[in-house]
This record gives sequence, structure tokens and C-alpha cells, in this order.
Amino acid sequence: MAENISVDVSRLDGGGPPEPAPRTRNTCPSCNSHYREDEMVANLRVCTNCGHHFPVTARERIVQLADEGSFTEIARSLHSDDPLEFADSKPYPERLRVAERTTGLRDAAIAGSCEIGGTATALVVLDFSFLGGSMGSVVGEKVARAADLAVEQRLPLVSVSASGGARMQEGVLALMQMAKTVSAVDELREAGRPFVSVLVHPTTGGVAASYAALGDLIIAEPGALLSFSGPRVVKQTTGEDLPDDFGLAESNFRHGHVDLIVPRPELRDAVARSLALLTGGQPYRPPVLVGDLDPVGALTRAMSGMRRRISDMNPFRNGDAGDD
Amino acid sequence: MTTERFRRLRRRGDGEAWHAVQLARHQDRPYTLDYLARMCDDFLELHGDRAEGDDAAVVSGIGSFRGQTVAFVGHQKGRDLKQRTYRNFGMPSPEGYRKAMRVFAIAARLGFPVVTLIDTPGAAPGVRAEERGQSGAIARSQLTLMGLRVPVVACVIGEGSSGGALAFGIADRVLMQQNAIYTVISPEGCAAILWKDAGEARRAAAALRPTADACLALGVVDAIVPEPSGGAHRDHAKAAELLGDAIQIELDVLSSIPPPQRRAARRAKFRDMGAFVE
Ligand SMILES: [Zn+2]
Repeated sequence: MAENISVDVSRLDGGGPPEPAPRTRNTCPSCNSHYREDEMVANLRVCTNCGHHFPVTARERIVQLADEGSFTEIARSLHSDDPLEFADSKPYPERLRVAERTTGLRDAAIAGSCEIGGTATALVVLDFSFLGGSMGSVVGEKVARAADLAVEQRLPLVSVSASGGARMQEGVLALMQMAKTVSAVDELREAGRPFVSVLVHPTTGGVAASYAALGDLIIAEPGALLSFSGPRVVKQTTGEDLPDDFGLAESNFRHGHVDLIVPRPELRDAVARSLALLTGGQPYRPPVLVGDLDPVGALTRAMSGMRRRISDMNPFRNGDAGDD
Repeated sequence: MTTERFRRLRRRGDGEAWHAVQLARHQDRPYTLDYLARMCDDFLELHGDRAEGDDAAVVSGIGSFRGQTVAFVGHQKGRDLKQRTYRNFGMPSPEGYRKAMRVFAIAARLGFPVVTLIDTPGAAPGVRAEERGQSGAIARSQLTLMGLRVPVVACVIGEGSSGGALAFGIADRVLMQQNAIYTVISPEGCAAILWKDAGEARRAAAALRPTADACLALGVVDAIVPEPSGGAHRDHAKAAELLGDAIQIELDVLSSIPPPQRRAARRAKFRDMGAFVE
């Protein structure tokens, strides 16, 4: 059986001994470096030692991407109905209440408008910490409303996706959210508005196979799992030996499914630059980073090893002179 | 939203959902090629995605249907072990979706309506399918159908499971056979994740409510196509006649709508799906 819209977001362990469980959520799962919360925020939740990208909530992602004070939320009051009266070990409304309490969100997406590097844009960001970023009616509607906003105000659209797929508890209506978001992209395209889709760990199932795959430009964070079927499902169903980089951003890049792999410290500039070009604006000039006081600059230097590796396959960086 | 009607429906017993799952998967149930052989006076199958290969899990081509040329695309399962393997259990690879898109484009250019028949446990999982862009192929197949200038009718004729099914599910009118199922995930997959036990598939089916009645009440399908008494597997000829009648009615209505209006309505139909509170 193909269980494609599952919340299977396992990374491959490479066959080695299992990693010890992280001591806290701020302990790096790949190198065990530990960070204080304020360091994590300053580092954009990237390990300065090994470059591991930690998960980022939707709110924090908006802080990282949007120009200061520019974000206005839309459709904030949307919340899920329980159309199927779905219950497994817990009723769906109860799962929603727990997710609301732990995340402070009403569902797994935040939509709105903002400026990124001075270019006004519609923005929708998924939050993996809310029921695995799964797409039910609210997430589908918020993606569609962000696209509507782009059409109405003649803005580009930026989406940042992190999702295990469609939300099973909304049954076939969750499946139809794929179609809803695709219809919104169809409208966006007809209106001639550009769409930048950013894929972060993990983007799988129904989100990977709907709007998120339809960006004019697709940008991925390094190491992100981006696949339709998760590795566990593929292994169980087919018995295949999976390559070490199965479904990862790097493999997707090699096979032509993403335009750019951009480490998080450079993501804002990459999006700003894309938006300026796609909207025919003045080329975006990133602010010059001065001194060690700038956390992003310090991080960028600390991560130079990883950046070299990534620049080998990242065409976005190809004409960059004077780097490293 | 038809949620109230839906809520009344669910009281009708959980066994019904599992019964539908079994009928939808019945090994003698007619598959796409069984219907095409009976519904078309001539059918020319087109092969290959013009890039990488030909996916046997998808059948596509041009048929003569009740006096007009129609482009058909459908999932194809196999009946015996050899055929099942050859058809990869009706689970398409990216090549299958790309072949379908090629046929959608021919239909749009030459002005033929498109009819899709949905019957799959899901898109093929696998290393090659991922490397060849399974997600993008499913998304683009939806987008292609969403934008077609010609009439599109889809019918779920068996198992309509996950994005692998929805890739062919964007249409002006979506039909569903009486004993077919349409679901976000197979009951087994849902049970494995939410109950941690694939053996709980029966309970998962009841919770997912994948039946034609439920899908109609939720506004996901527009009409239910009747089957011969006992199910489509009992009488292929009768099942094909009933399906053909339903498709013809839809095509006749759709052909009278101006293309820009038809396309806008198709888009609006999917834009409106979902259940939320504001
Ligand atoms: Zn680390």
C-alpha cells in the first residue's frame, strides 16, 4: 500500500548507532553542541558548530524574514471545524486544543503581508509544531487567502512550508485542500504574480505535492527532507535500500526539483533578492555586515565550511565575488 | 457547507464504510481499460511521457465516446499477479502523471473534452519515483487540469486514495461510483499512524468516512453514479453503461458553458472546499 500522506518525517540515520536523545530542544542532534535560548534566537536556530538547522516556529520565521515591523496578519481568527467528528485515541477537537495550548496558534499556518528587503509581499508560513504542520481546511484556506491577497494587491507570494502532509483527521476534505491551494496558484499565475516557495524540514505528502511544488522559484534549506513519501514508508513498502540522502534537499537539487539550497542565515537575502528580480524592482543590495556584534555575520563566518560545501551546488551563489 | 447533513449521515453505521472499502478493491471490479473497451467505439492508447518512459499504472488515450472524440486518462490496476506487478498495483510514477499531462495538452489544443477515471491506492512510493519528482508531477497534473479550456469530468471508479488519486481529480464535475471510496489516506495507512496498528483499518475506515454518500454530503463530489445490483463487479457491461450515461449527461451540460466561465467555475469549486470557522 502506498501511504503517501503520512506524517513520516524521519530522517535517515545512516545505519549508525542511534543518536542519544537530545538533552534539551536546544541541543544539536548531530554534534551535541548546546545553546542557550538567546543564542538560538541570535543564531536563527542554526548550530554554529556543524550547521544543523533546528526547527523554527512560524512566528519566529516571520521575524527572521520580514522587515522589522512590516508584517500584518490576515485571517487570524480561522479555526478548524470538526467536519468528520473524527476520533482515534483522542477526539480531533481535543488534539486541536492541546496544539493550541502548546503553540499559542489556532492552526498550523500564519498568513499576512509584509516587506522582505523592501519588497512588499504576501506571506504564508506553516508551523510544524502544530500537529506536524498538517494541512487541513484552515491551512488550505490561509494559503489560498495569501494568494488572494497577492492577486488583489498585485504582490508576489512567498510561502514557507514545513509539513508532514494532509491532516488525516479532516478526511477527504484535507485531500481537497491540495486542490484548493492549486486553484489559488492557478489564479496567481493568471494574474501574473510571482511565487517563491521555500521548503524547510520536513515538507512531505500533500503539501509537497500541491502549492509548495508550484513556486516559480523553489528554495530549500540544507538537509531538509522534501519528498512525497517519507523514507520509512518507502523502506517498508518497497524494501529498497535507500540512499543516504534520500529525499533530502541536496538530492532534490541534484535531480532538478529545487532551484536553490540556501542556508538559513542567507535565506532572507536570497528571498529579498528573488522578490526584487521577480517583481522587476531595483536589485536588492543586502546590508553590509560589520563586526562581530552582528550575530548573522559571526554565524556566517562560523559556518564557512558548510557554505563552501553548499556553494558547490548552489547556482545562486555562483556570481558572488569575494565570498570566503 | 453541508456539514449538518453529513453529521446525520454518519449515524448510519460504521460497517458501511468498510463494506465500501472492500467493494472498491474487489478484484473483479471493472478497471479503466474494462470501461474504455465498453464505453468507446474506438480507443487509441497513447504511450510514454516523451522523456523517461511509459508508466503502465496509467492508461491514457483518445477514444470515440457516443459520437464524439474524448481524451481519457485513468489509473489501471491488474487482475492477476503478473498484471498487478506490471501495472504496479495502479500506483503511478512521475512518468505516468507526465504522460497524462501530455494527453491533457493534446485535448486542450484539439478541443476534446477530458474524462479521468480514478482508481489507485496512491502514488508509487520509491527512490526512483522521488528522484524523478513525484511531488511536482502530482502538483502539476492538478494545475494542468485546473487550467484546461475544455470540459473535464472525473469519476472515482474504485479506490481514490491520497494525492495519487487527486492528481486526476480536478474537474468541472466530479462523479463517484456508488461503491467507490475517496480518501486522504488508505484506512490501513491511517490506522498505522493514528492507532499504531494497521489491523485497525476497519475503525480507521469508519473514522475517515470515504463512502460516496459521505463525499457527496461534504461537497467533494457532485453526483453518485449507480452500479449494478450488488456492485460493479457483478456486471461489467451494465456498470459501463451506467457510467457512460452519467459521463454523457455531464459532458452535454458542460459543452454549453463558455470556456472562460467553465474554467472560473472549476477553480471556484475547489477554492470553496473545506470546513472551518471564522
Ligand atoms: Zn551541531
